[in-house]
Amino acid sequence: METLDYLLPQVWFGILALFLLLYVMLDGFDLGVGILSLTSSSEERRGILMTSLSNVWDANETWLVLMGGSLFGAFPLAYSNILQALSIPIFIMLFGFIFRAVAFEFREQANRKLFWNFAFGAGSFLAALGQGFALGGVLAGINVDADGHFIGGVWDWLSVPSVLVALTLIQGYVLIGSTYLIWRTEGSLQETHYKTARIAAITTLIGAIVITVITPIFFESARDRLLNAPLVYIFALIPIVGVLLVGLLWRSLNQKAEKMPFIWTILVFVLTFIGLALVVFPYIIPREITIYDAAADPSSLVIMIIFIGALIPVMVFYNIYQYVVFRGKIKSEHYGEV
Amino acid sequence: MDFLSDTLVLSRMQFALTAIFHMLWPILTTGMSIYLVIVEGLWLKTRNKDYYHHARFWAKLYVLNFGIGVASGIPMEFQFGTNWGPLSEAVGNFFGSVIGFEASWAFMLEAAFLGIMIFGWERVNPVIHYIATILVAFGANLSTFWILTANSWLQTPSGVELVNGEYVVQDYFQAIFNPFMWNSFLHMFFATLETSLFVIGGISAWYILKERNVQFFSRSLKIVLAAAIAVAPLQIYIGHLSGEQVYHYQPTKLAAMEAQWETIPAGETAPWSLLALPNEKAEQNDWEIQIPQGLGYILELKPTLSEPVKGLKEWPPENRPHLLGLIYYSFRIMVGIGFFFAGLMGISVIQWLRGKFSPENLQQQKWLMGGWILAAPLGYIAVESGWIVRCVGRQPWTVYNQIRTSDAASNLPSQEVLTTLLGFASVYTLLFFAALYFGRRIIIKGPNLELPTPAEVAAIKTTPGEFQPDERPLEAKR
Ligand code: HDD
Ligand code: HEM
Ligand code: HEM
Repeated sequence: METLDYLLPQVWFGILALFLLLYVMLDGFDLGVGILSLTSSSEERRGILMTSLSNVWDANETWLVLMGGSLFGAFPLAYSNILQALSIPIFIMLFGFIFRAVAFEFREQANRKLFWNFAFGAGSFLAALGQGFALGGVLAGINVDADGHFIGGVWDWLSVPSVLVALTLIQGYVLIGSTYLIWRTEGSLQETHYKTARIAAITTLIGAIVITVITPIFFESARDRLLNAPLVYIFALIPIVGVLLVGLLWRSLNQKAEKMPFIWTILVFVLTFIGLALVVFPYIIPREITIYDAAADPSSLVIMIIFIGALIPVMVFYNIYQYVVFRGKIKSEHYGEV
Repeated sequence: MDFLSDTLVLSRMQFALTAIFHMLWPILTTGMSIYLVIVEGLWLKTRNKDYYHHARFWAKLYVLNFGIGVASGIPMEFQFGTNWGPLSEAVGNFFGSVIGFEASWAFMLEAAFLGIMIFGWERVNPVIHYIATILVAFGANLSTFWILTANSWLQTPSGVELVNGEYVVQDYFQAIFNPFMWNSFLHMFFATLETSLFVIGGISAWYILKERNVQFFSRSLKIVLAAAIAVAPLQIYIGHLSGEQVYHYQPTKLAAMEAQWETIPAGETAPWSLLALPNEKAEQNDWEIQIPQGLGYILELKPTLSEPVKGLKEWPPENRPHLLGLIYYSFRIMVGIGFFFAGLMGISVIQWLRGKFSPENLQQQKWLMGGWILAAPLGYIAVESGWIVRCVGRQPWTVYNQIRTSDAASNLPSQEVLTTLLGFASVYTLLFFAALYFGRRIIIKGPNLELPTPAEVAAIKTTPGEFQPDERPLEAKR
């Protein structure tokens, strides 16, 4: 029983981290393409951008829905308090999602597309912004009382570091969106996104460096974590590997590789993510609530492993199958008449 | 305007608004998905191109709904945390995990195969495509199953024990199959199906009256009518069972649905109130038209009751539902629509049996076609009314008899909730009218009967893997 009380929350921490990672990568490129569409020079290009997402955006977003539901079930205390504390960034994200999701179909139907183009781009931007603020807010810490109930103010998440985190996340999304488009398109459109990928790689790198430097200064919660053995060695390693990966990404962009930029970017995301998970674990609200405090009853955690965890391979399979069916470069605006 | 600074009231209004709006879209995506399975199956079986064009045409309305369904569904999920934090903490063990099951079982399945169903006609072979369509339909209805499990558990919590303000699940089986679950799921399943059938039927009737593609649309009208023969009466019967379960498990709600102030003791005859003006201050109905012995027959098929029907006065005011008029009339509107559907179905079947259902005949029956057009929006109204009965009738409880709504809400500043409420209200109004506008355009444009089937397209193409749909012959493009 004792070990189960530790093991189950750890398993769920792992599963949630996996969902979040999948979400950030998949919807990351999705939102990134959306943000990039704001700079598209022609209606045709925007059409191709949106077509590159039309069959995947819903599945990508569903990873977040899945993450939310699983957090709700596995760590109810964390779900309740994180969402209350971050309600404003969450609503920013939700309104962003609303505009972006409806834009796919409405733009398709509309004669005058201007409004829905903007809804798509701005919605993607808002969603990314809200997510960045939320991430920054969690890292900065949430004010809770002894029972773990939120007692802070609704604007607590807003701080210099959280703004930095948000801006960097947006850069990261633009980067992964650009590399996705390099993979899925060709010709002058692909050329454009070699350029945007380069710019975004630089800005993301700068953002990452600044955050790495300020994290121990601003985020009290992370400080003692980062600067103590044995983790300090791992944390020293992460930036080194990170810079190396960005170098490889840069080289692949110079070589005009088509798939490698996307793959290197994904590895950068994975690495960042491992770093974050190590900073946070075993807390779910840093420095306040551990996964053991917040976890649901073991009975729920076990059932959820059966009903959700066991389905992960199946869900991954559906998603891969989709990409296989719709493989190849996107040339035209429509996959087919809807 | 006191309520503008009352977080609880504002959060309730926000939940009500977002739920009512969200509910509008999954109706078609769950119900119509079954129709799409039927027509695509008929196409594969008969190879009649009309059925293929039915699948393609109605799918346009389908995707239009789908996007808004997703867009409005995600706020639903996150609101439990933002606006109903204390509730989420208390019920997370069970309720939260069910929301997770909905995503892992249903949403992912639907999301993954929808792309193939909508865009994949020429990319996969017809059998795989058909499997994708079936999986989308299955996924959509599975999400109805899970969300109704979650909601029914709020109505009749079971299989759990309250430990330190948190529900710990003792028996998952019992909690999932709580007393309301099966019946509510079936009622909702048939509600989405029935509404979708009458939407398809109504639109078909409109084309028939307009003398556009009469042949084509009399086909869909017949499919719809054939299905409605079973669905319309069944829905009344299941609705009746829903009423009985409320009678047994939620007496406060039953009393509110019937605007029944005084208890009717066992053994007395129970009239059914047809119309009334409930007056909450005076604790009575200002006027009322009753059908003698009606309630007795409805609940127990005999004029007298063997169990008492409790009146509202049995409970102190703080334990009763309020907004009685809303609950009372919502219920009657839903029931009325249920019978209207059944009646319309009955008349149409008689006409069919009399041989009056050929395309030429249909065009002449202006009244009947008018009836079908009128029926198109009614399903939506019935569904929303049903949910109002269910959710408002549950008050003052969120978890029936256990957690009060006032204890369930997060303590957010009222200005914030007011801002998001106004935000939702304006965005959703915009989306609602945009959806109507684009839906209308799709309908006015009508089906494209020139669209080649995937086999015809493949014949034009040399290498199917390289196929790009826009290279189709010019006239096939929209
Ligand atoms: C096409 C839609 C539709 C139609 C024709 C009907 N209903 Fe209904 N009803 C619903 C759609 C609906 C619903 C929206 O789906 C509800 C809300 C929650 C639920 O499970 O089903 C519902 C709820 C609901 C409830 C409340 C259950 C609760 O609070 O737990 C009752 C008592 C009935 N219905 C009874 C009826 C009766 C007696 C009908 C027929 C004459 C009827 N309904 C027709
Ligand atoms: C199936 C999933 C649903 C769940 C789990 C659910 C749950 C809830 C919760 C938690 C509240 C807020 C607390 C409360 O007032 O009790 C609520 C209120 C409400 N819901 Fe539902 N609901 C669901 C579906 C719907 C739908 C589809 C509608 C309408 C079409 C609806 C209409 C309402 C209304 C009108 C209220 C406000 C009631 C009031 O405060 O007086 N609900 N529901
Ligand atoms: C009876 C009430 C409800 C039914 C029948 C229902 C059904 C559905 C269906 C079938 C979808 C898929 C999208 C579509 O086909 O349009 C959907 C979307 C969604 N619903 Fe609802 N829903 C209900 C109420 C709720 C409630 C109360 C919640 C809150 C937890 C919710 C959360 C969601 C979410 C998060 C999505 C988006 C899923 C995605 O990414 O595909 N729904 N709903």
